[in-house]
Amino acid sequence: MPRPTPFHPRTSALCTSLFYKEWAGCYAVRRYDVYVDREYYALRHQATLMDATPLYKYEVRGKDACELVTRVTVRGFEGHKVGRVSYVCWCDEHGKVLDDGTVTKLALDHFRVTSAEPALAWLERHARGLDVKITDASRSLAALALQGPRSRDVLRGLIGSSIDGLRFFRAMPVRFPGPPAFDGWITRTGYTGDLGYELWCANEHALHLWDAVMECGKPFGLLPMGLDALDVSRVEAGFVLGAVDYTSARIAFIEKQKSTPFELGFDWMVEIDRADFVGREALRAEKERGPARRLVGLEIDWDEFEAIYAAFGLIPHLATETSREPVPVYDGGRQVGYATSRTFSPTLKKYLALATVAAEYAKPQSELRIEVTCEYERRTATARVTPTPFLELERKKS
Amino acid sequence: MASPRTSFWDAIVVGGGHNGLVCAAYLAKSGRKVLVLERRHVLGGAAVSEEIFPGFTYSVCSYVVSLLRPWIIRELELARFGLELIPLEASFLPLPDGRSLLRGSDAAQTLEEVSRFSRRDAETMPEFARAMSKIGQFVKPIIDSPAPDPASLAPRELLALLRLGRHFADASPDEMELRLKLLSMSAVDFLDEWFESDVLKGPMSVSGIIGTFLGVRSPGTAYVLLHHYMGEIDGAFRSWGFSKGGTGGVSRAIANAAQHHGAEMRTEAPVERILVADGRAAGVVLASGEEIRARAVVSGCDPRRTFLSFVGAEHLPDDFVADIRRYRYRGSSGKVNLALDRLPEFACRPGEGPHLRGDIAIAPGVDYLERAYDDAKYGTFSRRPYINVVIPSTVDPSVAPPGKHVMSCFVQYAPYEIAEGPERWPEKREAFGDAVVDTLAEYVPNLRESILHRQVLSPWDLEQEFGLAEGNIFHGELTLDQLSFLRPAAGFARYRTPLERLWLAGSGAHPGGGIMGAPGALCAKAMLQARAV
Repeated sequence: MPRPTPFHPRTSALCTSLFYKEWAGCYAVRRYDVYVDREYYALRHQATLMDATPLYKYEVRGKDACELVTRVTVRGFEGHKVGRVSYVCWCDEHGKVLDDGTVTKLALDHFRVTSAEPALAWLERHARGLDVKITDASRSLAALALQGPRSRDVLRGLIGSSIDGLRFFRAMPVRFPGPPAFDGWITRTGYTGDLGYELWCANEHALHLWDAVMECGKPFGLLPMGLDALDVSRVEAGFVLGAVDYTSARIAFIEKQKSTPFELGFDWMVEIDRADFVGREALRAEKERGPARRLVGLEIDWDEFEAIYAAFGLIPHLATETSREPVPVYDGGRQVGYATSRTFSPTLKKYLALATVAAEYAKPQSELRIEVTCEYERRTATARVTPTPFLELERKKS
Repeated sequence: MASPRTSFWDAIVVGGGHNGLVCAAYLAKSGRKVLVLERRHVLGGAAVSEEIFPGFTYSVCSYVVSLLRPWIIRELELARFGLELIPLEASFLPLPDGRSLLRGSDAAQTLEEVSRFSRRDAETMPEFARAMSKIGQFVKPIIDSPAPDPASLAPRELLALLRLGRHFADASPDEMELRLKLLSMSAVDFLDEWFESDVLKGPMSVSGIIGTFLGVRSPGTAYVLLHHYMGEIDGAFRSWGFSKGGTGGVSRAIANAAQHHGAEMRTEAPVERILVADGRAAGVVLASGEEIRARAVVSGCDPRRTFLSFVGAEHLPDDFVADIRRYRYRGSSGKVNLALDRLPEFACRPGEGPHLRGDIAIAPGVDYLERAYDDAKYGTFSRRPYINVVIPSTVDPSVAPPGKHVMSCFVQYAPYEIAEGPERWPEKREAFGDAVVDTLAEYVPNLRESILHRQVLSPWDLEQEFGLAEGNIFHGELTLDQLSFLRPAAGFARYRTPLERLWLAGSGAHPGGGIMGAPGALCAKAMLQARAV
């Protein structure tokens, strides 16, 4: 049975739909209300608060902390200033992606790693001989994602104008007001492609934090948000999701299920020419060779999609949620890939997908066909390769 | 006197309303040099947001985005240029006796709500919605393409008619009956065939009279009901919604798209008349005397202003002029915008909730609406009018200071032709505003003391300030005899006008009013196809 997070007393009281799922062993709200659109629109127009506690979190401390995270991920952190957050992935020795997450440099000798899958054993395996102490904070550190255009206003109410100085992908330690006041961190990060922050504190302060943020959010229309609205926003933002858009090499059963960072579009984060790290040689070879397939954005031709439904006398109604049911992608009659996440973007009014396709089809504007099932019959519609993010919001970084 | 940069224009768009802007954006996107001339200081026409009272942004005239065509949003990439739409969550009907009805996005809750008035009606609602959606499917191709031309024998026209005819022929006898009833009956008669509860029929019938000078029991009003169900036809698009920052946000996004493609905009540039040379439109003359020439002139203004004021009857065929003179406006509605220092509290449903995040109808029954019409028939505004209230600040905090709200009230009936004559409206304006606030205060007892500012617009004001003839919000009544190939006049429903090189792109052209964008887009496409620019 899933376990409750420290926010459960608040989130469960608000979750009138009783619509939950399991996330990393925790109860996670999918939508608070049966009408999920409200949460999506609050995210894009007001502000939303999501319990992100189920994320796996590890504290890496000690003289060699930097060396460890530099050794196990595809990026180096030596030159990073304290307070910088990095989005990274990490690979096995064959250069196949195990997971993706964030690394925050909280101090020269203190890094925080977040991940979607458990990573303690793996971190410890690579820490041998290093002067580091790894703590699994997954169950002791509470996390809230405060996202949306008014999220900064909400935080101004909570901690004052010091929030204005926090730049994109930066972290700051914070003393949250009480009573009793307590310590925590704010990072300017998120999984929505919008202006947003993540708030971190010890479990025992979680309810105080929730109440304080909700109170400050009242004038700005702050709403609690569940995973369904998040899943729509992350596709708009072009963010891949482990176990949906790719399979971790940790659990992949066959080689074909594994991916390299280059296949997932993580090229920009792989720093090959630096101190050795796990998978470097394999990645060097992959970089030279070029990936065989690529994760791309697809935009499904709406007129064709609608015509498929019209042929049955139907109107396509797409719910505000992301379908994680993979469907084949074709070039003519030949399958050249598969779409793993599909969502109708309420903001762009476009039907979008994240798909993995053979590299030769990954060029923007390549025209492919995607399977569409209507009335139990299979059809295909044109799907154009489109650069991600599909939705680029200036405020995300402003 | 032509300034150097205006030396050559492919097209001049007269009127920077949303349709004029859509037309300009399409023409500019196709590489044409386009100039938009707007009389007011701000673009948008009736789709405009203005900070009339500091900190509060009113959607001054039109207040919800209805049926903005999804293909226009995609083709002009309006999301990229700042368009953000938020759907209306529910329809709320407060009643004076303390009861209320909420029809919303939660189907199970809606069933419960309607059941309190009629179990039978509650169960009938989904069937009714399905029937209306099916008719909507039939109407959709009509609003997304130019009006058919029944007089033409050109193969393309015959094919188009055939396709429409097949839609009709494919219908089952039941559907056929429904369509014919919808075309001929009154909104109330039509709803009587489905529902028993007056509480349901009141707010439903009212969509049949918006923008017309008809009552809910007037024949022909059933058809306009369909408009309310048209949101369904766009499936995933959920067309009824708020635009972020008010309805001016739609106009701004379209203008941004047009400018991106090279169109130029001039505000405070009122056009005095359309230049006619050798029997063709050749440009415009501004009120300042400035003359600007172009290969084509597009009017986003209503047909009366376009043809009778800008062009002049002397340049047009007599029978066409007669048609335009007969074309009915009969503005019947006004607008009251309020800045509030707190969220309104309905006596029948205190506190916050989805009932405040959608549209709120003051329409407690069919007789109430008919009595409101009675006042109008005899030349006065309704003492107790139908009011359609929205509080966009509940879902879009950008339009009001934190914790404060804007309330938009669409009010019918406020006849343009009051007994004393339309020019006497300024003396009546505040009394009209009082009637609206008094009516609302019967449902929201704390309303009066929460009002920080009030803006009242009579149909006379809508005409004077926004150029809407007789204050009609749709550039002419949306009645069957003024739709499709009859809008604005038989033979001239294809955006082309009797004056060569003059085109009509406003709501007075097919398929009509609302923030739909279709007349503007279809006009531009017709112009490009005809190589008129």
